[in-house]
Amino acid sequence: MAGDENLLRLSATRALNLIGSGELTAAALTGAYLSQIEQNDSDVSAYLRVISEEAQLRADAFDEAARQDGAPLAGLPTAVKDVLVTQGVITTCASRMLENYNPIYTATSVRKLEQAGIVMLGKTNMDEFAMGSSTENSAFGPTRNPWDLERVPGGSSGGSAAAVAAGEALWAIGSDTGGSIRQPAALCGVVGLKPTYGSVSRYGLVAFASSFDQVGPITKTVADAALMLKYLVGKDPLDTTSVKHPEEIVIPRKEDLRGVRIGIVRELVGEGIDAGVMSVFNEAVGKMEAAGAAVSEASLPHAGYALPAYYILAPAEASANLARFDGVRYGLRAGGDHADITRMYELTRSQGFGDEVKRRIMLGTYALSSGYYEAYYGQAQKVRTLVVRDFDAAFTGVDLLVSPTAPTTAFKLGEKTGDPLTMYKSDVCTIPVNLAGLPGISIPAGLADGLPVGLQLIGPAFSENMLLQVAHGAEAAIGFDAVSPLIEQADR
Amino acid sequence: MISDDDVMYVARLARLRLEHGELARYAGQLSSIIGHIDKISELDLKDVEPTSHVIKLASVFRDDEVRPSVPQELALANGPEVEDGAFKVPQILEAEE
Repeated sequence: MAGDENLLRLSATRALNLIGSGELTAAALTGAYLSQIEQNDSDVSAYLRVISEEAQLRADAFDEAARQDGAPLAGLPTAVKDVLVTQGVITTCASRMLENYNPIYTATSVRKLEQAGIVMLGKTNMDEFAMGSSTENSAFGPTRNPWDLERVPGGSSGGSAAAVAAGEALWAIGSDTGGSIRQPAALCGVVGLKPTYGSVSRYGLVAFASSFDQVGPITKTVADAALMLKYLVGKDPLDTTSVKHPEEIVIPRKEDLRGVRIGIVRELVGEGIDAGVMSVFNEAVGKMEAAGAAVSEASLPHAGYALPAYYILAPAEASANLARFDGVRYGLRAGGDHADITRMYELTRSQGFGDEVKRRIMLGTYALSSGYYEAYYGQAQKVRTLVVRDFDAAFTGVDLLVSPTAPTTAFKLGEKTGDPLTMYKSDVCTIPVNLAGLPGISIPAGLADGLPVGLQLIGPAFSENMLLQVAHGAEAAIGFDAVSPLIEQADR
Repeated sequence: MISDDDVMYVARLARLRLEHGELARYAGQLSSIIGHIDKISELDLKDVEPTSHVIKLASVFRDDEVRPSVPQELALANGPEVEDGAFKVPQILEAEE
């Protein structure tokens, strides 16, 4: 391979080629990432658990066997969000409730990638049960942004995004319920893709809001996101909401954007979006236009109602999903002699869940409770219909929609923890996409005051190939090549 | 808007036990969130159908075949308290004398 090429800068696609041609070993690649973890993760805290020995052994095994068995992702070092259960590797969801939970099976998404040959490096930090936008809701301490350690990486997949941005993983798996892949990807200057709802199995994804949750890649490049997605998608008999993707996922190559019609979402570029973000966003869209895209204005008239509707529907689903944590079959049970089982439930749940999880459970319980069900849950489901219709209408005029991914760049730790509603607004641009179950991708658009800004592209359901193709073209047009100081340092 | 009593009520429904000092804090935060959520009441939703799920799926069935299930030992492996092949919980029925 090319002389002193920094292994931490390699894309997965390039690493695969180098391994395939015998210029690079899986062991050397995995070793480089493990050593970066060892040097930097005490500062970044991207991981909750690193499985160095297992990873190195698995990489070694590929070097011995890979060429014969033809595993398509052989030897690629991968970080896995701790919301996905992994047999034999403790899976906590960043919660005290599951601090010692040792799953007896592996999530389908992880299993499929392992069958394709990835090397799991470890499990990444997140907001507890994926509820949050900064990774500060982890019961085991926050993750820090590799671009500025005083700032948050976003969330809830903040550990996965920070790991990729810090050179502590070649790529990572995340999950996205209201923006939890795209928003941290934006804040960390990497690529994050939320696939169409149903494309990727949710079996083994610890459920937060089942009608929104979706697993997807966090990567350095759009082509890498396509590569991982190719092996993630598929109907799974163990997830009845999974469907067969109508197209085989292809790795995008074409870079020009001629003939692509892109609509800027009027409601997501105005009030509430930082000036610095808007300026980088506008410049990036200008570059897409210069590369041949036809850019116009589009409208999602009910976008402003998506956030309130989401904060009824997602907590309502969460309150039901998290009822399973009762101290009986797995997870924490509060100690002491319990007078009765209700007392045991209450103490267990009060000790096991953190503040934000309790807040969302109570919010959801409130929205579903007698007397409020129709006013909140019923009405929010109707708003969801309006948001779906808005997207349908918008896609009659354009191929894809575009907006900033997040209203701000990475904010300081502690800046928004006192006010949940302000934190929730971090997802104002990403949530509408989840309500409609559409695919959305965030790519780096540039830097504002030295911090990454993300550009979000949204496509119709199951349009991943077009979305990835255009995102790849946009990536080339924008030409973002900055990396975090932690990867720069490793250049020597 | 959301009183301490409301918070106490939902906490009980959700099987959460809150400390006394937590009530006011949660009441304040939940009120602010609900205040924002109430924005949806601006909309006329009379003739709009609800969406519970974006994928139109009917009930999904599989063939009724006998297949191996999780072995009992494994199923119990994460149990906080296990006895005689079962999950043990605090007494839920009064013993009959």
